[in-house]
Amino acid sequence: MAYSEKVIEHYENPKNVGTLDQNDPSVGTGLVGAPACGDVMRLQIKVSDSGVIEDARFKTFGCGSAIASSSLATEWIKGKTVDEAAGIKNSQIAEELSLPPVKIHCSVLAEDAIKSAIEDYRKKRATRGNA
Amino acid sequence: MTLKFPIYMDNHATTPLDPRVLEAMLPYFSEHFGNAASRTHAFGWRAEAAVDDARDTIAQLINAESGKEIVFTSGATESDNLALKGVAEYYQGKGNHIVTTTIEHKAVLDSCKRLEKQGCTVTYVPAGKDGIVDPDDIKKALTDKTILVSIMLANNEVGTIQPIDEIGKITREKGVLLHVDAVQGIGKTPFDVRAMNVDLASLSAHKIYGPKGVGALYVRRSKPRVRLVAQMDGGGHERGNRSGTLNVPSIVGFAKASEILIQEGAAEAEKLRGLRERLWKKFQRELDQVILNGHPEQRLPGNLNVSFAFVEGEGLMMAIKDVAVSSGSACTSSSLEPSYVLRSMGLDEDMAHSSIRFGLGRFNTEEEVDYVGDLVTGKVKKLRDMSPLWEMHQQGIDIKSIQWVAH
Repeated sequence: MAYSEKVIEHYENPKNVGTLDQNDPSVGTGLVGAPACGDVMRLQIKVSDSGVIEDARFKTFGCGSAIASSSLATEWIKGKTVDEAAGIKNSQIAEELSLPPVKIHCSVLAEDAIKSAIEDYRKKRATRGNA
Repeated sequence: MTLKFPIYMDNHATTPLDPRVLEAMLPYFSEHFGNAASRTHAFGWRAEAAVDDARDTIAQLINAESGKEIVFTSGATESDNLALKGVAEYYQGKGNHIVTTTIEHKAVLDSCKRLEKQGCTVTYVPAGKDGIVDPDDIKKALTDKTILVSIMLANNEVGTIQPIDEIGKITREKGVLLHVDAVQGIGKTPFDVRAMNVDLASLSAHKIYGPKGVGALYVRRSKPRVRLVAQMDGGGHERGNRSGTLNVPSIVGFAKASEILIQEGAAEAEKLRGLRERLWKKFQRELDQVILNGHPEQRLPGNLNVSFAFVEGEGLMMAIKDVAVSSGSACTSSSLEPSYVLRSMGLDEDMAHSSIRFGLGRFNTEEEVDYVGDLVTGKVKKLRDMSPLWEMHQQGIDIKSIQWVAH
């Protein structure tokens, strides 16, 4: 199976690889997938007081398409509000990267990772608000 | 010597044609085009003589008593099908039970599945964690209905060499036929159908630097005489065992490839073992958490199957795209399931996803091995820097302790 140019570009020069401080209250962390399934994504967002995603980082265990999907996801959500980022659909990621049917699950995982990071961030904020 | 790209290290999948084999084949595409079944003229006689010489050479490679015991087929898949289905059908009056293993090639496993639908019962004996099948487990699986044991000489993924010798003693004593899928092993590890009491053996040309599309089934003719029901009807070629006009150029190539192995196989195996160890030592020296899959010694000389923990196999293959290898990762199969061979050996699924098979062959060089060793080491380090699992491992978190949600 041949990879699209965009997958190769993201795979070879991944954007935003790294780790944010999980304990920072402005950071939300999403960890999705399973080692037994061959892909695990961790996506983190750092959100400003005004609700804008200032920074995003990822680390991914998976195939080239999984790595490219996470790299693209971090690129897209940076600068967006949390609400805007929550609206990103896996189909948009799949289309942008021209993923073949057998790799669609990689884009689903990226969407899940964004949602899971946002959820974590919101939970943290809610707890902080109540304190 | 300068390296030529891409580098081929997938010699279990197929091997390049040896130039000496091609040279032997060429006349049979042109001037010697005759049909080996044409008994009435020189064109046919020439083709028939070439095929009979080929039978003798291939018989010699496996120490069969006679070239008459070689049935040519389109390849090992057909040989496996013919052996299992042909024996099951012929001996149905005697019994309907077959014993095989969980790590066989699909040509054997799926033939067994079909036979089960037709009333046979099949016992699938698992291999141990090292990929070796215990002959005692085969012995225990035998019943008074068992007609056939089918086991591979060497596994195509992890390269483990099975104790055919011991299994042959058991089957002979019990009066059960023994079929060996010898595709991955011939010419690389000792295989002697007479010494090992093998009754049927599947062979393939393209795994031994011969052409694709041709294989053979060894069918023992005495002590015991093995009988088959043909699975292909037609002109009654191959003593009625397999109809169809013989693929003479490829059969000549198969024989030439066999002849080269008879002469050079032992020396070649030594060379490959050296290259394999060189690559393995490099990984062991420079990387943590690299696990050898299969048995450390009882394996094909050119086979190195390793799991680079916390790095996914297909992701790694993409990083080394100028090197042809294969992986047990699900992403490389259409089923999205990781290798059934590795799983049935008891390997954790994540380690199966992380496995890479290096298959070294006749034309690989030390320079290539050193290049691939450096490249893979560097890319594994790079991908681990991107792996959340590696980060967890380094923080002392056991990834098995996490509740993962399967997807």
